Amino acid sequence: MKRISISPPVAALILAIVLFLLSGLLPNGYGSDLEVAKAQATNILRLAVFLGVIAAGQTLVIISGSEGIDLSTGSVVTLTAILTYVIVNGADEKVLLALLVSLAVGALIGFLNGVGITYLKVSPFVMTLGMAGVVTGAIILINHGNVSGKVAPIMTRLIARPLSPSLQIPNAVIIWILFGILMWLLLERTSFGKNLFALGVNRVTARLSGVDVTGMNLATYALAGALSGFGGFLVVGNTGVVFINLGQPFLFPSIAAVAVGGTLLSGGKGSYWGTMAGAIVLTLITSLLTTMQMPDSVRRMVLGGTLLILISIYGRQRALRQ
Amino acid sequence: MKRSRWDALTARQPALFALILLVLSAVINFIVQPNMFARETLNSNMRVFLPIILMAIGQAIVILGGGIDISVGGIVSIVNTVLATRVGLEGSPDEMWKYIFVSLLIGLLAGAINGFFIAYLRLQPIITTYATSFLYAGLALFILPNPGGGIPASIAALYRDSTPLNLPLAFYVIAVFLLIWLYTSSMRYGRFLFAVGGKAEAAYETAVPVTMVQFSTYVISGLMAAFSGIAITMLSGSGNGEIGGPMTLNSITAVVIGGNAMSGGVGGVAGPVMGAITLGIIQNIISFANIDTWWETLVKATIIVVALAAPGIISIFRRRRS
Repeated sequence: MKRISISPPVAALILAIVLFLLSGLLPNGYGSDLEVAKAQATNILRLAVFLGVIAAGQTLVIISGSEGIDLSTGSVVTLTAILTYVIVNGADEKVLLALLVSLAVGALIGFLNGVGITYLKVSPFVMTLGMAGVVTGAIILINHGNVSGKVAPIMTRLIARPLSPSLQIPNAVIIWILFGILMWLLLERTSFGKNLFALGVNRVTARLSGVDVTGMNLATYALAGALSGFGGFLVVGNTGVVFINLGQPFLFPSIAAVAVGGTLLSGGKGSYWGTMAGAIVLTLITSLLTTMQMPDSVRRMVLGGTLLILISIYGRQRALRQ
Repeated sequence: MKRSRWDALTARQPALFALILLVLSAVINFIVQPNMFARETLNSNMRVFLPIILMAIGQAIVILGGGIDISVGGIVSIVNTVLATRVGLEGSPDEMWKYIFVSLLIGLLAGAINGFFIAYLRLQPIITTYATSFLYAGLALFILPNPGGGIPASIAALYRDSTPLNLPLAFYVIAVFLLIWLYTSSMRYGRFLFAVGGKAEAAYETAVPVTMVQFSTYVISGLMAAFSGIAITMLSGSGNGEIGGPMTLNSITAVVIGGNAMSGGVGGVAGPVMGAITLGIIQNIISFANIDTWWETLVKATIIVVALAAPGIISIFRRRRS
């Protein structure tokens, strides 16, 4: 029996568009006002950027298989956001330094995750969970109640503002598109990407075909950490403030975005386009629920229910009977 | 060279390391808190540990079967809010017992929902229970938006202060569940559970009812979460819709410290129980060791990461030497 199949990224994108069109009919929706609709759509897209970038590292570790997952993402985002905030301290010329530090700190934490997972054989779930605790501890220590710092004007200009007054596309979206192209190149056009998928499908066959499994694993987690670090840099550029729970709300949505985007949580199959679409869908649902002024309880239930429906549609694993 | 004795021992007895950790942490705790084994202190510690121990037992079963349950915290919250709102501070003990029964049914039902999606629709456990965790946590907040309500003080006292034969009530509860596990694990169900967790496809081919076994693990986990919810409600005596959330990840850490493999099929229930107690003791030590508050989280998380990584470190050193 042949079933009609649409690729998950496309399905997620169609879903997002349908949801957005339907949201116009809501009491608080944009109604027939095209300008408001456009502004709302751009805003949702802009918010999706942050989740999307943070979920990039998650996509990589999940594709790498062997229960790959990164639960330290949220705390790495918070840490690098705080570091950026403190290092930049309002000065444009420090922005590049802050970006490099964010990437390096993220990569270091990711590398430590990789060491624990590869050499000490700790399962990724608990290793990164433990690392999240350590990083949170470090944040509390650094933060010591409050930090002083400031975001530089150039960061706000490059991240939060639109491209130009006549073209109301937020810069963050442009950054995201470029980022998406780079991620696509990495996954589909480099040997790293090919090896990553090979790792996800079967580690033993990957090793026998000459893939350096240990090195790849270390590199994947380090890269995932660096991408979370980049996410933290972007987030603080948008919000302009830091607090201790800044990154945590991104953690599980980043996994959900990957799953909604059709990447197999067991590894070996997936794409970053899917994750981008997933990030848009999740951000859309969350902001719709906020506009509808639902109480927190109902919001959570609707989010959970929607997620369940989404993954029921195309998140199913192979049947046991082959 | 044959495998080192340590490797062989830990392979045969996954809980051995958990036992060593437990004894070690108990000794340290005894040094910083000399009256630790006095009846009162022991009881006040064990009654705090019991909710997470119960949750860890359910989590251990799910993980043994090759899954994971992130929704347990949500189930605890539902049970807590139902008890706190339906029974009330002025409620009669009869009401309480009635709603304890209802709570257990809620746990079974919530677990059955997880099991249905994971075992029958074949969705990925981590993302499915993540979605249902939103459903359950949302429902708990819906039942009780702000902390409040409660259960009769006499019932709470029954849980807090019962020390039959001078031993904490928690010991008896743990003993009962361990005996049940000892019995079931030696039966056909136990063998099925290990087979499914080890390799579901192979188990399926040898006529193990994989779907049924997977389904049952989530039902058991839901039931154990309900017990955990009842225990924590009797401990706190009041209602809070967010009470269960932070417990989920602790229960998973407890299971792994207890020597169970995250990939399933390896371990037992006694290990996770010891793991949960160890986690509680570590918290105890930290609060007694006069550590600067700013350092607390970092110290605790580092200890946990070292505990998680220790088996790996030990086997690396052993291999070097041999």
